[in-house]
Amino acid sequence: MTKVLLPGTEVAIKGCEERGEDLWVPVGSLPTLGWELKPEGACRGDFCAPLHAGREAEFTDGNRFSFTALARRLGMPFASHAATDTWAFGESSETRNDALDSLIAPDFSLPDLSGGEHRLSDYRGKKVILLAWASW
Amino acid sequence: MDLPVWQALYEELAETNFLPITVALESRGREGARQWIEAANPAHPSLIDQGHLTADLYGFVNVPMAAWIDEEGVIVRPPETAGSTDSFRSMDRVARTMPEDQRALQRNTRAAYLDALRDWARSGTASRFALAGDEVRRRIEPRDEGRARAAVLARLAESVWRAGYAGDARALFDEAEALWPESWALKRQAWNLEDPMKSFGDEFWQAVQALGDKPYYQPAGDIG
Repeated sequence: MTKVLLPGTEVAIKGCEERGEDLWVPVGSLPTLGWELKPEGACRGDFCAPLHAGREAEFTDGNRFSFTALARRLGMPFASHAATDTWAFGESSETRNDALDSLIAPDFSLPDLSGGEHRLSDYRGKKVILLAWASW
Repeated sequence: MDLPVWQALYEELAETNFLPITVALESRGREGARQWIEAANPAHPSLIDQGHLTADLYGFVNVPMAAWIDEEGVIVRPPETAGSTDSFRSMDRVARTMPEDQRALQRNTRAAYLDALRDWARSGTASRFALAGDEVRRRIEPRDEGRARAAVLARLAESVWRAGYAGDARALFDEAEALWPESWALKRQAWNLEDPMKSFGDEFWQAVQALGDKPYYQPAGDIG
């Protein structure tokens, strides 16, 4: 079981393969990572990244999909830890900058002490101070 | 500022639509934050951010830092220092005392920050502390590729630490810190995972001293 960490979530995926420095995930697992393969390319919501014509084999062999190739294509940073079979993927600096430049507060969902999830956008209509603190 | 301050302000401004959402940047998860949250007993959302997601999304590089978000979900103050100063740098570490002028600076800065929040809670867009969009954009620290990668490395480090690989986690944190040296959140969280006292210990003070003339807390320009 490979653990894949994405911003705000983590998923465990069966049947992944490491090939060289790449992580190949079963095509069927892409939706759990927030992506799907369409004729237009690899899509997340309304956004589709066309796969290079003639170079589709860099991305998929039909059964598996190279999630790292997609990450490279989109400038998404990633890192892995072999002993725990864990891969972490982030958003590109461009995506993060565009999000803040829009001035719409980036949405997220986090738990409270009792495990109840709170989504920032559920508090629209309030004047919110979002305050980071720590025990350290 | 201590957690109970936000509950007190929430109660004081109950006639407005002001809402504090506090987020503990805490790789130790719920148990790492529990005692402080239970002591403050907040009625407002008090969340646990084990993977430092909000630091990644908003660019929080220290605590306390805050962003102000209006009723439409628009950021009206960028992520910035929330009422803290560098006064602690003048502390006598043995006697645990600070010169009176530094104590006054800290008190006044904190009071000014809370007053600014009161003003915004009551006056909304008419408050001079609610900044125009272009000014918010100007103040937002842009993300570069190194910082984006640092956020991923820190996320992986936290997961690896939880799995029991403390040495590997430390190496990943080291790599992350080199890419985002401005982030005290990374540095201090990593120290804390080694030993909870370490984030207040000699390493911390040496790192603060190494700042020289640079601030530890970047002042929030127009407040105070």
